[in-house]
Amino acid sequence: MPKRVGMEVSIAASEAVRLANVDAIAAYPITPQTHIVEHLSEFVANGELDAEFIPVESEHSAMSVCCGTSAAGARTFTCTSSQGLALMSEIVFIASAMQLPIVMILANRSLSGPLSIWNDHTDVMLVRDCGWIQCFGENGQEIFDLTLCAFKIAEDHRVILPFIVNMDGFILSHVIEPVELLDQETVDKFLPVYKPVYRLDPDNPVTMGAFAMPDLYTETKKAQDERLKASKPVIEEIWKEFGDLTGRYYSPIETYKAEGAKTLFVTMGGFSETASTAVDMMREEGEPVGLCKIRLWRPFPFEDFWKAVKGVDTLIVIDRATSYGGPGGPVASELRSALYTWEDAPKVVDFIAGLAGRDVAPGDYKKMYQRAQQRIASGDIAGYEIYGVRE
Amino acid sequence: MPEYTRLIHNYLRHDKKFPHVWCPGCGNGILLGSLIRAIDKTGLSKDDIVLVSGIGCSGRLPVYVDFNTLHTTHGRALTYATGVKLAKPSLNVITIMGDGDSMAIGGNHFIHAARRNIDITAIILNNSIYGMTGGQYSPTTPYGMRASTAVYNSIEQAFKISELAVTAGAVFVGRQTVYNAKLLDNLIEKAILKKGFSVVEVVTHCHVQYGRQNKLGSAVDMLKWQRDNSIPVEKAAKMSPEELKDKIITGILVDKDLPVYEEEYEKVRERAKGLA
Ligand SMILES: Cc1ncc(C[n+]2csc(CCOP(=O)(O)OP(=O)(O)O)c2C)c(N)n1
Ligand code: SF4
Repeated sequence: MPKRVGMEVSIAASEAVRLANVDAIAAYPITPQTHIVEHLSEFVANGELDAEFIPVESEHSAMSVCCGTSAAGARTFTCTSSQGLALMSEIVFIASAMQLPIVMILANRSLSGPLSIWNDHTDVMLVRDCGWIQCFGENGQEIFDLTLCAFKIAEDHRVILPFIVNMDGFILSHVIEPVELLDQETVDKFLPVYKPVYRLDPDNPVTMGAFAMPDLYTETKKAQDERLKASKPVIEEIWKEFGDLTGRYYSPIETYKAEGAKTLFVTMGGFSETASTAVDMMREEGEPVGLCKIRLWRPFPFEDFWKAVKGVDTLIVIDRATSYGGPGGPVASELRSALYTWEDAPKVVDFIAGLAGRDVAPGDYKKMYQRAQQRIASGDIAGYEIYGVRE
Repeated sequence: MPEYTRLIHNYLRHDKKFPHVWCPGCGNGILLGSLIRAIDKTGLSKDDIVLVSGIGCSGRLPVYVDFNTLHTTHGRALTYATGVKLAKPSLNVITIMGDGDSMAIGGNHFIHAARRNIDITAIILNNSIYGMTGGQYSPTTPYGMRASTAVYNSIEQAFKISELAVTAGAVFVGRQTVYNAKLLDNLIEKAILKKGFSVVEVVTHCHVQYGRQNKLGSAVDMLKWQRDNSIPVEKAAKMSPEELKDKIITGILVDKDLPVYEEEYEKVRERAKGLA
């Protein structure tokens, strides 16, 4: 029976990558992702992981290298944060278009400026439409598990797409948590050696990164979209297989105390744990609240979301990024459009909160709940409110 | 308060940005003092100076001083600086970069700024490591030295920043240690007054990341190492490559004149106007 061991979540993440027996890693240091890169370079250097650790001069090169190694048929990993993701973003779009099943851990950090190293989701929202599968973990165990699953999903022949595992910077990356690792034998059975469908091979030459004239581009994009959407049942199947193996099951949308709830908070990532504490607190006080956690962000799990919120009056969305001058935070905007055709859709009240490491404590959820009631009563639920601004 | 301390205080943003983020004993503070003394000697007004920096421990420097300052993104100080200089050529533009900032992520900008000969003074704090992010190796980490991403020591050859600058075409290139602060003052003053792309490589110590990982002792020990291993360029000219191995060649490596970019650009504009 595997033991739970206290370790920094970044180490747990590196352990997952080591156990996944990756062939190639290219990454460039940036806070708060650095511990992952350092651990991996150490594993490679002392022979615990038989992989190429490819030194690079920037994230742009890191992602370019990853495209190269993945195209050559190597199981490939990278990780970054914030400005690093911004710099690599040009190539991030290339990876999905070329169907290169790279796995990335994104230690979420706010984008400059002002310069900040702290946590929010502005970085991931920058690449929302990059065509990668994207999911969120809320604690160390989940990061370990989801990273292992990510390789299997990304490389599945029905998928073959790159995968981002989001891990909140500092509030996950730098904390010590009990994590249950798996042994190598179990992992090897779950995650066999990567067998690419297409790869650069002198005996069977293929062209990658070809040019598309207007008569082909649209078809390519449609195929890419279909492929990403079609990955959802595979994701669920592999998460189920992982659950049967470990007892830890994951779903695209997860709820907490949603039964009988009139209001659901909607969160992604590490905030979900605080939100569940807040829900416990408020339930004790008799408030009919629950929690809806979005684990799978791309492809967006519409059916699961609809099922989770059916019959609920209000959704209070905690957005962790701003869409300046737009209709709302990126999450709330999507949920509103997902619900648009519903006759009796829940009201969506959007708060932008927890930017750049600003704490959102259980008491703040209660305040947002009260504020949501006021906003509903006064009919002011369009748009969004930036929560907790010091006046 | 001694005169040289008072002089420095005249240039600091006292009320806003202190305490600074640097570790006690870091060489970055010595360079800051040197830079202020050098600027003071040039007689330029505070408002005519623009300090542009990238990201890193080095990148924090402009935040503390009362000039026009621009704290940018990692590796891009020279690109922002190029924009500033072309938009307002009358300003004196100085960039402050780390070795990672200028040689790794921003390496491309560095060689092109040198080649183009735009009138910017590039000051590079070379501490042989990525200090801010926790001691990962940089393009100037010497072969065989340890870093947190090279726990079995670096297997790559290091860039020699000044020699690279010379080859890339910079018209003024000098190297000095923070140990020799007075000589550093003079070097920076000359670099600022020079027309064209001038580079000052400041050899400094990061005792906290680089020093600790390589067991090089305290900040004082590392300063002593700088003292004991510096060789003036004139003396170095008479020494063999073997004798110069691992030594810091200090002084002015190049001081020449080439057409300056902004002036050439102005001429093109005049010509184009004449054609219109
Ligand atoms: C695009 C991007 N990638 C990575 C980083 C993370 N980062 C911040 S400072 C730094 C290296 C600093 O090293 P150096 O330039 O040598 O300056 P020092 O801290 O040693 O003064 C890195 C990699 C960043 N800020 N932006
Ligand atoms: S980490 Fe190194 S470079 Fe950064 S402030 Fe400390 S001593 Fe200086």
